[in-house]
Amino acid sequence: MSLAKITQVKALALAVPGDDIDTDRIIPARFLRCVTFDGLGEHAFRDERTGPDGKERPHPMNSAQAARIAAAKQGVMVVGFNFGCGSSREHAPQSLWRYGFTAFVGGSFAEIFFGNSTTLGVPCLTLSKEDLAECDAFVRANPDVEVTVDVEKLTVSAGAKTWKAGIAASARDGLVNGKWDPIADLLEGTDAVAKTAGGLAYVAGK
Amino acid sequence: MAKTLFQKVWEAHTVRKLPNGQTQLFIGTHLIHEVTSPQAFGMLRDLGLKVKYPQRTFATVDHIVPTNELKEPYSDPIAQEMIEALRKNTKDYGIRFFDTTTGTQGIVHMVGPEQGITQPGTTIACGDSHTATHGAFGAIAFGIGTTQVRDVLATQTLALSPLKVRRIEVNGKLAPGVYAKDVILHIIRVLGVNGGIGYAYEYAGTTFDGFSLEERMTVCNMSIEGGARCGYVNPDQKTFDYIKGKPYAPKAADWDAAVARWASFASDAGCQYDDIKVFKAEDIRPTVTWGITPGQAVFIDEKMPALETLNAADRQTAEDAYAHMKLAPNTPIKGTKVDVCFLGSCTNGRISDLREVAKYLKGRKVSPSVKAIVVPGSQLTAIQAVHEGLDKIYIEAGFEWRGAGCSMCLAMNPDKLVGDQLCASSSNRNFKGRQGSQTGRTVLMSPLMVAAAAITGQVTDAREVFKV
Ligand code: SF4
Repeated sequence: MSLAKITQVKALALAVPGDDIDTDRIIPARFLRCVTFDGLGEHAFRDERTGPDGKERPHPMNSAQAARIAAAKQGVMVVGFNFGCGSSREHAPQSLWRYGFTAFVGGSFAEIFFGNSTTLGVPCLTLSKEDLAECDAFVRANPDVEVTVDVEKLTVSAGAKTWKAGIAASARDGLVNGKWDPIADLLEGTDAVAKTAGGLAYVAGK
Repeated sequence: MAKTLFQKVWEAHTVRKLPNGQTQLFIGTHLIHEVTSPQAFGMLRDLGLKVKYPQRTFATVDHIVPTNELKEPYSDPIAQEMIEALRKNTKDYGIRFFDTTTGTQGIVHMVGPEQGITQPGTTIACGDSHTATHGAFGAIAFGIGTTQVRDVLATQTLALSPLKVRRIEVNGKLAPGVYAKDVILHIIRVLGVNGGIGYAYEYAGTTFDGFSLEERMTVCNMSIEGGARCGYVNPDQKTFDYIKGKPYAPKAADWDAAVARWASFASDAGCQYDDIKVFKAEDIRPTVTWGITPGQAVFIDEKMPALETLNAADRQTAEDAYAHMKLAPNTPIKGTKVDVCFLGSCTNGRISDLREVAKYLKGRKVSPSVKAIVVPGSQLTAIQAVHEGLDKIYIEAGFEWRGAGCSMCLAMNPDKLVGDQLCASSSNRNFKGRQGSQTGRTVLMSPLMVAAAAITGQVTDAREVFKV
């Protein structure tokens, strides 16, 4: 299985502010009633975007900028802290990715969301609080300027600005070397796996 | 060298170091349910892979099961499709399925312990963020995404990085009317909803020593609400007693060796922790959430926070929360009108929860303005409760007695809030829309507090209502 090396994402960006945005908000549970991930893209942030009366609510995902990202099938979402907390549902990053987001920049990410995203080949880079505020403001003020998320150099840049970014070393390694989906590596270790299993009484049924 | 349980379990399950620096970790026990597994089986088929250790994966169905409809086909065709998909997948790959027809179906985090599948010193993964529940037995248990479910099915391993360990010590005796649920809500309130990122939580201290396994499960269950992917309690005699005799418990000839092995996984005296936090049981009072994250909580006799007292980031979330909850800052939460009461979930849907509430419910009546439902977390719990006559107590009090499942914890089945109804809930998440209505409101609390809310039609202090 050969995967693309993801060293850089350069695309238009959308700011979706707020801390502790949970995966129930990203994709409400009723859309988990499915046996495939197909079609999840259009329901990303559904209940934030549409009111109970069926009318559109003011939400960044309803903007023209979001529509451009959906059309281009690439985009950077700039978020707050603890993004993607709550449920482990991979449906959350799947829906944003299928919508068109190919990178996230935020203050921090909930761990399961982070793992689910990077395993899809979607980098999640963190910025310091001050830099994030600056990046967020820049993105809103300059919707036509592409943002570059550089996984190799660990920077986020836009226009004349460059911010220092972070990501777990193992995730960075996986993305830039085209090994973000670990299955190939995991399948290689069969003998070692059997050895570990053999040392565990409960696996042997004792 | 003295080690923590986390380190010992990690080492025992380490297969090798991966090229990217992560650990290939053996997952001894894999639990699956109908929501996060079908796509994983799909990926497996696409890649032409098999299930490597089918006897180490166990399945049940919980999220979409209707709780007031026992016959199939269910009136909801999607629910029927999802359960059929799991039946097919488990049959195709030879995986044990605790199906609705077996009397053993239930919320996945209840089925593992009930069957004796959940054991100390093991690694457990499940495509569900509340997998840490199993940590109550001294297992390292965590939630995973669907692609990782595929990884476990195909290889019985995961690519992971080790966590730091924070010891959370609670000492002393809880006052009457204060429960394990209040302990974890309090811990999350103090340490924050993202305070646990990067950590496994080791819960310890005399309060935990005194807790039953079911109380320990309630606390471990909500580790994720505090940002910690995994939480555990060191195994002790209570743990071993709980497992003994369960269907998947080691048999007589293997029992002593198993207990010795389990005990050896407990954290050593003098081991190093990355962080330690200490709480006093006496300081904890019945706790309720007022907002849209589990950390937005107060003691029942406190006022909700004034906006001026919060820092900028918390203030923004709080403003959002007050608007959604239709509550006012700096006012008491006590007295807030309640429309629905939900007693159940993997946090508080176990037999001890049902017994504790029933003890106080006898002779009381649910307020006519309230819809109250009780949903045992598993069929075994329901059967036991009926055997003890608890169902009658609930029904006489005006609760609806339902079949086993997740139900209104996340409302993937027909149990949903309507409009902006406010629900007093024994579950674990008060996120916007969590209980099935976009404008629905959730107030998390202990089971007895839910019962007090049901009777009075208000968020109130169970200690006063029931003279605890
Ligand atoms: S009861 Fe709630 S938290 Fe527990 S597994 Fe079911 S939906 Fe998830």
